[in-house]
Amino acid sequence: MIINGRAVSAEPLPGQCLRTFVREQGCTGVKKGCDTGDCGACTVHVDGVAVHSCIYPAVRAADAEVVTIEGLAAPGQLHPVQANFVAAQGFQCGFCTAGMIMTVAALDDAQRADLPRAMKGNLCRCTGYRAVLDAVAGVRTVEEADAGDAVGRSLAAPTGPDVVTGRAAFTFDLPLDDPMSAPPGPVLHLVAVRSPHPSAFIRSIDATSALAMPGVRAVLTYADSPDHLYSTARHERPDDDPGDTRLLDRVVRHAGQRVAAVVADSVLEADLACAAVVVDYELRDAVFDPRAAMRPGAPLLHPEKTSARIADPQRNIAAQVHSHLGDVDTALAAAAHVHRGRYDSHRVQHVHLETHGSLAWVGDDGRLVVRTSSQTPFLTRDALSRLFDLPRGEIRVLVARVGGGFGGKQEMITEDLAALAALKTGRPVQWELTREEQFTATTTRHPMQVDVALGADAQGQLTGISVQVVADTGAYGNHSGGVLFHSVGESLAVYRCPNKKVEGYSVYTNTVAAGAFRGYGLSQLVFAVDSAMDELARQIGLDPVGFRRANLVREGERVTSITHAPDDVAAPGPGLSACVDAVESALAGAAEIGPPEPHWLVGSGIGVAMLDTTPPGGHVANATVAQSPVGGYDVTVGTAEFGNGTSTVHAQLAATALATTVDQITLVQSDTDDLEHDTGAYGSTGTMIAGAATLQAATTLRRMVDRAAPGGPLLRAHGRHSGTPRSVGFTVQGFRVAVDPTTGEVRVLYSVQAVDAGTVINPMQCRGQVEGGVAQALGAALFEHVDIVEGVVTTRSLRSYRVPAMADVPRTDVIFVDSHEPLGPMGAKPMSEGPFNPVAPALANAVRDATGVRFSALPLTRDRVYLGLQQARAARGENV
Amino acid sequence: MDLHTVTSVVTPRHRDDLAGWQPGDAYLAGGSWLFSEPQHDTRRLVDLTMMGWPALEITPEGLLIGATCTLAALMAAELPAHWAGAVLIRQCGEALLGSFKVANVATVGGNVCLALPAGPMTSLTAALDGVCTLWSADGSQRVLAVVDLVTAPGRTALRPGELLRSVQLPLAALTDRTAFRRHSLSTMGRSGVVVIGRAGAAGAVFTVTASTPRPVQLRFPDLPSTTDLLAALDASGVTWFDDVHGLPLWRRDLTRAALADVRNELAAP
Repeated sequence: MIINGRAVSAEPLPGQCLRTFVREQGCTGVKKGCDTGDCGACTVHVDGVAVHSCIYPAVRAADAEVVTIEGLAAPGQLHPVQANFVAAQGFQCGFCTAGMIMTVAALDDAQRADLPRAMKGNLCRCTGYRAVLDAVAGVRTVEEADAGDAVGRSLAAPTGPDVVTGRAAFTFDLPLDDPMSAPPGPVLHLVAVRSPHPSAFIRSIDATSALAMPGVRAVLTYADSPDHLYSTARHERPDDDPGDTRLLDRVVRHAGQRVAAVVADSVLEADLACAAVVVDYELRDAVFDPRAAMRPGAPLLHPEKTSARIADPQRNIAAQVHSHLGDVDTALAAAAHVHRGRYDSHRVQHVHLETHGSLAWVGDDGRLVVRTSSQTPFLTRDALSRLFDLPRGEIRVLVARVGGGFGGKQEMITEDLAALAALKTGRPVQWELTREEQFTATTTRHPMQVDVALGADAQGQLTGISVQVVADTGAYGNHSGGVLFHSVGESLAVYRCPNKKVEGYSVYTNTVAAGAFRGYGLSQLVFAVDSAMDELARQIGLDPVGFRRANLVREGERVTSITHAPDDVAAPGPGLSACVDAVESALAGAAEIGPPEPHWLVGSGIGVAMLDTTPPGGHVANATVAQSPVGGYDVTVGTAEFGNGTSTVHAQLAATALATTVDQITLVQSDTDDLEHDTGAYGSTGTMIAGAATLQAATTLRRMVDRAAPGGPLLRAHGRHSGTPRSVGFTVQGFRVAVDPTTGEVRVLYSVQAVDAGTVINPMQCRGQVEGGVAQALGAALFEHVDIVEGVVTTRSLRSYRVPAMADVPRTDVIFVDSHEPLGPMGAKPMSEGPFNPVAPALANAVRDATGVRFSALPLTRDRVYLGLQQARAARGENV
Repeated sequence: MDLHTVTSVVTPRHRDDLAGWQPGDAYLAGGSWLFSEPQHDTRRLVDLTMMGWPALEITPEGLLIGATCTLAALMAAELPAHWAGAVLIRQCGEALLGSFKVANVATVGGNVCLALPAGPMTSLTAALDGVCTLWSADGSQRVLAVVDLVTAPGRTALRPGELLRSVQLPLAALTDRTAFRRHSLSTMGRSGVVVIGRAGAAGAVFTVTASTPRPVQLRFPDLPSTTDLLAALDASGVTWFDDVHGLPLWRRDLTRAALADVRNELAAP
């Protein structure tokens, strides 16, 4: 085979796909995303023909010329498509980018004229595709800036050239030039044996046959597991989550739970040996429905864990919340108008294109090193320290570029078992999850059923809000409490109302665990509350937007938390009303967009979401900024880059404070050896907290430099932010939609989101965050659902889980309203999770406006919308 | 994905080389499906792409499609202008869930043999009265209509070791006027309903795929009324496929509406 002009002598294995083979030959720009030919991240050219290399038999290319992203252009040069992807910054995390570029480079003119069709086999989970379309069209969106003028400019991500050439190293793209970040010697591979049963006790595991198979080095079982209970969830305070998980447990609580691990010389050998591990299961009763799980007599998942911070292990309640302000029952009884409804948000998956995975080894100095795909390297280090009874200083966790997170990597899914395997074998061990395991054995959004009751007086002022939440946390309680409390926080606080009541349960069931997911509970509650608000307005006969405006929290008015979180949240600024006004005005401008055909129904709707700028309970970031011996400055931060664009933001903040240009800034990040502590990149804190630490360090260094005598030693300054006090930000989504009652299709005619982002440090990137959030939320609202049948996840590949492709995502107008956050760095606010939350209710409200039918359960797939409209017609006595 | 249980690949070049089929063998054409799902029971791949089968042959009888003809090659074919039915090639080709990069390698024969209800080459070849030539492991051969080859989701009438050598599309079908309707849960997603109608000298033929577990074909000596067409559908004992790509009732209603649309399009002058 000739790869990028170089003849390779290695021979592919009989069943090997081309992707694996070219990666083994060092072409690690070719990514493994879906492994089924659906996402396009592995696209290469074979004898000039573009193919998905994950479904291309490697042996078939034995005599072919293969070109990968590394060989698309001459060394040191960029292909025009690569240059365009830099100029439009047609990427965020960059994991899909090489495949996008290889595909675009292969298009003919006819294909370029119909890009949604030509690109249907290339999925991007981050951008929402607008930036990709700009890149294909040759639009330039990146700007340059003079010294000290970086903030507010659309500066390019510093790693752009590396991303578009495939050089940017993700977790399993081992750097050849940095031996400190790569394992010493050959790597063993781990494959997990997983339970097919949703509830069982393991009588015994016999690994004799497996251990006798070629290449097998170890089989780990419950007998090898440390006797520690912990949570996969990562939080600044580890006690926030129930300690209900064992590294390898004898009790199986969901189908797909790992029960053993085979460690072998190759993935192939480990995979084959898994089938030879004999697990003797004693099957137990299982419960799959959270309401059933709370009833007396239900099978209990964690009955013996009475001191594990589980709210009520005898009722399968992982976490619960009961709280009220005023007297809701009296208020509802006296209300002139009352709406009651049940709103269902379903189970969806993050589908970051880079699956979970880590690589663990024991270094020459005896320390445990874990290279992993994580949003929380420091918290994961701390968790490994507790789990293995090792001092923190004996563990190093480093994170390369992360191929998307969306909350899914605020968990310790792979690091624990990979580390155990490395400690047991003394060898480097790699564990990369398959896409199927992502669905069957990692985490999802919490499915939630929300009963809402709203009461208003005759003038349309809210008098009572009551919500009852039943969340399904699955087999383990990671993030059960945090998500539940957060879900009923800002979603209710955004409305002014003297009487509020919350009753919520996060319940164990024998299903795959739910966990942290973009929005952290808010998307589900905002869907419920804002759908109910829309419905109540219609019932009263008020304009839904005007009804919202009359009841939304006002500028300068203290936000009242019903969940009694620490009261460190500042009163909102003018951003909310500006967002509502902007969306209302934009929708009015779009009102003339008519139906595609006469029989389609059209309508508009909005959704409103509030988000605290930082999670409660503290969120720490440290940063150092130092003069570099080679000139310029080294900025060291703890947070990882996973497509959120904070690397650019750090450089912009530092360059502005130091009155220099961003090319003078070198960013070093996400390595626990570099700094004392960093809570991590979750809760939309990348700019707000970590950025603030960098700005503080850079500002201090600037003062030191100004005072220092010339020729002195190199200077260095430190910055720190503790995550309090906090503020609030707002996102308001508007849609104009058309609904085809003959097919159930919901087509977005116009989409707008106005955001209260404070000072926008990088408009291009911030716009991308909003567009990406809208796209991901539209996927969840229109297409995506993880299905479980009798406890077994039946959604096993992207082929049966529709992540929005280019054809599925409308353009969204993004409006930055005038706002300035006194608590944020240079006035900035977060904009990572906020854009996701108002999308589903805005869509459902627009569909309601168009059709007269309230869809109170997600997703609004065409078949469900069609049947819902048919049922409504039948209920009205019309002939269907 | 890597197929870990596969230990060898053989590349037959002549029919004689095909002897010796054994359990654990899988015929490999484009590989785009075989490599997209775990194949735990497969030990050996028998690569058919070096058999040298012509991709496409235009004959007086119609179009002969070699089983290893790629979808891309079929869609790029230049066919006689009076073959009105050839428009279906593009319509069905574009219905493939996979991208053009999949179409570059996926084969017509492979797609039919998958027996997926939404398989676009099943839709195409069934609608055009395709006739399969099947080679059995013992060296004999037989012919079978596509509508009889695909028997259930993921199941065909192929016997152990038997393979699909070619599909013949008869001239009479290719020269018919056609109408095509397709629905899916997302604009370019997997088909949930595909209805294809043909009308010509030999009468009218309506073929339903994607919404039914196997192709359903309704034949009439003349273009039927909508009422008669739907009555024939009901009388056919049709059942509705249920998977994540569409609820059965949605498929039922949209299939019926599509049949009426297709019928009306064919009735238009």
